[in-house]
Amino acid sequence: MALTEAGPLALTSGDSDTVYKPAGVFTRPKSGATGWKSWLTTVDHKKIGIMYGAAALFFFIIGGVEALLIRVQLWAPRGTLLSADQYNQVFTMHGTTMIFLVVMPIGAAFANYLMPLQIGARDVAYPRINAFSFWAFLFGGVFLNSSWLLGGGADGGWFNYAPNNGVIFSPTHGIDFWNLGLIITGVASLAGAVNLIVTVLNMRAPGMTLMKMPIFTWMTLVTQFLLLFAIPVLTAAQILLMMDRLFDANFFNVAKGANPLLWEHLFWIFGHPEVYLMILPAFGIVSEILPTFARKPIFGYPFIVFSGIAIGFMGWGVWAHHMFVSGIGPISVTTFALTTMFIAVPTGVKILNWTATMWGGKLSFTSPMLFSIGLVTMFTIGGLSGVTHSVAPADTQQTDTYYIVAHFHYVLFGGAFFGFMAGFYFYWPKVFGYLLNEKLGKANFWLMLLGFNLTFAPMHILGLQGMSRRIYTYDAGYGFELWNKVATIGAFTLASSIALFIFNIFYSKSKAKNLPAPGADPWDARTIEWMIPSPTPEYNFDPIPTVSRVDDFWYRKYGETKDGKLVRIAATDDVVQKLSDGKHIHLPSPSYWPIVLAFGMPIAAYGLIFNLWLALVGAIIIVGGLYGWVLEPPDDPEASHDDDGTDTHASGGGDAAVTGTSESADQSNELDPAKEAETVG
Amino acid sequence: MAEALTARESIKAADAHAPAAHIEHDTNTGISNTKLGMWLFLASECLLFGGLITTYLLYKRPLEGPTPKEIFDIPFTSTSSFVLLMSSLTMVLAVSAIERGDHERLRIWIGATALLGATFIAGQIYEFTVFVREGLGFTTSRFSSAFYTLTGFHGVHVTIGIIMLMSLVLLSLRGKLPEHRSETVEIVGLYWHFVDVVWIFIFAVVYLVP
Repeated sequence: MALTEAGPLALTSGDSDTVYKPAGVFTRPKSGATGWKSWLTTVDHKKIGIMYGAAALFFFIIGGVEALLIRVQLWAPRGTLLSADQYNQVFTMHGTTMIFLVVMPIGAAFANYLMPLQIGARDVAYPRINAFSFWAFLFGGVFLNSSWLLGGGADGGWFNYAPNNGVIFSPTHGIDFWNLGLIITGVASLAGAVNLIVTVLNMRAPGMTLMKMPIFTWMTLVTQFLLLFAIPVLTAAQILLMMDRLFDANFFNVAKGANPLLWEHLFWIFGHPEVYLMILPAFGIVSEILPTFARKPIFGYPFIVFSGIAIGFMGWGVWAHHMFVSGIGPISVTTFALTTMFIAVPTGVKILNWTATMWGGKLSFTSPMLFSIGLVTMFTIGGLSGVTHSVAPADTQQTDTYYIVAHFHYVLFGGAFFGFMAGFYFYWPKVFGYLLNEKLGKANFWLMLLGFNLTFAPMHILGLQGMSRRIYTYDAGYGFELWNKVATIGAFTLASSIALFIFNIFYSKSKAKNLPAPGADPWDARTIEWMIPSPTPEYNFDPIPTVSRVDDFWYRKYGETKDGKLVRIAATDDVVQKLSDGKHIHLPSPSYWPIVLAFGMPIAAYGLIFNLWLALVGAIIIVGGLYGWVLEPPDDPEASHDDDGTDTHASGGGDAAVTGTSESADQSNELDPAKEAETVG
Repeated sequence: MAEALTARESIKAADAHAPAAHIEHDTNTGISNTKLGMWLFLASECLLFGGLITTYLLYKRPLEGPTPKEIFDIPFTSTSSFVLLMSSLTMVLAVSAIERGDHERLRIWIGATALLGATFIAGQIYEFTVFVREGLGFTTSRFSSAFYTLTGFHGVHVTIGIIMLMSLVLLSLRGKLPEHRSETVEIVGLYWHFVDVVWIFIFAVVYLVP
């Protein structure tokens, strides 16, 4: 490491701050740039959010194809499409892709795009780290999937239990790709978590106290805290596994007295909070949508908030319910059975709140509303089958059967993904400036609901009949044939509903030219992100609104009479902000360094697997990227403007403006070398 | 309804007077973004070290090869631990120096901190060499793997801290570390103290607990 310091430190610009070329490598990208370059160098939270969403949908298609392969293989007894080995790889990569590269990043996409808008911020706290998070996630995902071309994917299941994940049982590099790829996406998530928590805690609009924040922002905050504490546990476990697989350590080597249960514990201490951090963003999204289309405030705002926080805390005390058959002993089993029953309570509180929000409201069944109701109902089914797992004797029977597969697809697809679909339909006009077609949207919903239930409901029965998951085929005569056929038909129905969604995106865009623009507030919505023009201008708000209550935007439009009747007090057009040129607003400058730094990580990971010299190259890119980043001011001095006295970057005097802007440069100085320790150290 | 109307007017007035320009002048918590981010990152690091310390506790009794009792040189490691802890003192003096605007002292104290840290790392390298010579390789036993991974991981953290400190000295020499950026030093200090505190736990758990 010390070797590489000298290069990037040699600043060509010397002491002069005015002509700045970071480390003499690149000229700084210009703020107003357009085209593909503006996407590579952007630090705009909105563009990063869109890229998260697009990348996640791309991985969703890969994971979906893997799911279809599984279903075709299981269509009939003794299927021959995949060999046992290929089947292991396909289901492992399906699970890993869907969890780490689809559900988590879609949550990140919404958090990135919406959360700063909901709290009235210009951007996130560290715009460049935000860009780094995205690129690290993308490169980590590509790295993980490149294993298909380099000797085959991981084959140990998404949780890769020891000692099955050792070199003896899995001699190909698949699990190394899984391991290092997820360390990279873990670094991305960790950086994102620090970033978004600081943003929520520090950058709210004037007047917006914590208990006036929109629910989605609250759920984002809880989610990011879960990530902050869950990811390092997985990273620790993965470092142990990496030492075992690549450097012959003995962490999971039973011959030297190692205890494979260590992996299981570490994995699920991460894994159960992970479950909640996947579902909470979707909970947040529907908590925005249901009140909008019920035209009522959310029922019991503090209960929704505190049940979310309670889930965040209690999620740490239930991990061993994944391990009831691992022989952890009756006391542990009883304890974790009880905690698992308890954690159903805050989730139940949320279901009650959503139902009560709709109760007595003037419901309009638009596509986002339908998908939200889909979440409430389908997640309830998944939640109920989840509670059955707390009954340890029954769970002993269900472990590793299709009953489990049915359960977690009901919560992750029926819960999280329905919530995300609701969010796509709801926020599409805000993000892209045109509405998705309602007729196609409703068709999309019913087709998805049908396909989803056809696919996963039969798996409850299959599981109770004793069909094991992760077995590549089954014999005739066990009564599995019918329900497997139904599930396969359902899977293709589900795939066609996704195709319909993608078609709707392009169809609606082509039709949008002939339709009136949706305007700032197409749904008569409640929170302040709807008072800015659609699509969101680069500067977000002008001026930053002052918030006086929950659902502030709604109460700028509506008041209440003494007997509680809703009265419109202002036309929407008068309340929403007009598009301004935004010239006087100072925005963070784009930068090449986040993508450079992120690019070094997969290089180093390939090096760890194939050749340590390549790892050195990766490390040099990482360290060089760090120094380039740190020595580059967060705001481009050349892009600064002189129309506003407080905005100058002259280094005289210790006034607040100068300190404030120089801070985010220093911050990368500390955060990133330490992060790098987890990657290459 | 009348109340609602007046409320709206006052909101509009407040909007108009809100500052429009910068992202991060004032923060809601009063703690700067950078410092809050560092605290959060360190909180996350606790879990990372927690996982590794737990692993060590599980594997501290080897089935083969040298045992901890046979191999540890407690007086030696106590001395190097003392050196590392003293570096926290010099770090505090460095922060105090830049807050007074004393750049010369700042560089001296940061340099001293880095030197003490480097002494600790040198001690660790020496210790590892001795252990390997006495037959405790990385792959020897479950204890050896856990020991080298935990202490080595901490050593990497100290090394990164040293690199950060040296970078601060270079920045200061180039005049790019004025008083109003003293928080940078303070935040590197946070990281440095954290690494020291973690070592107290590791030293107690690995070397002192029988």
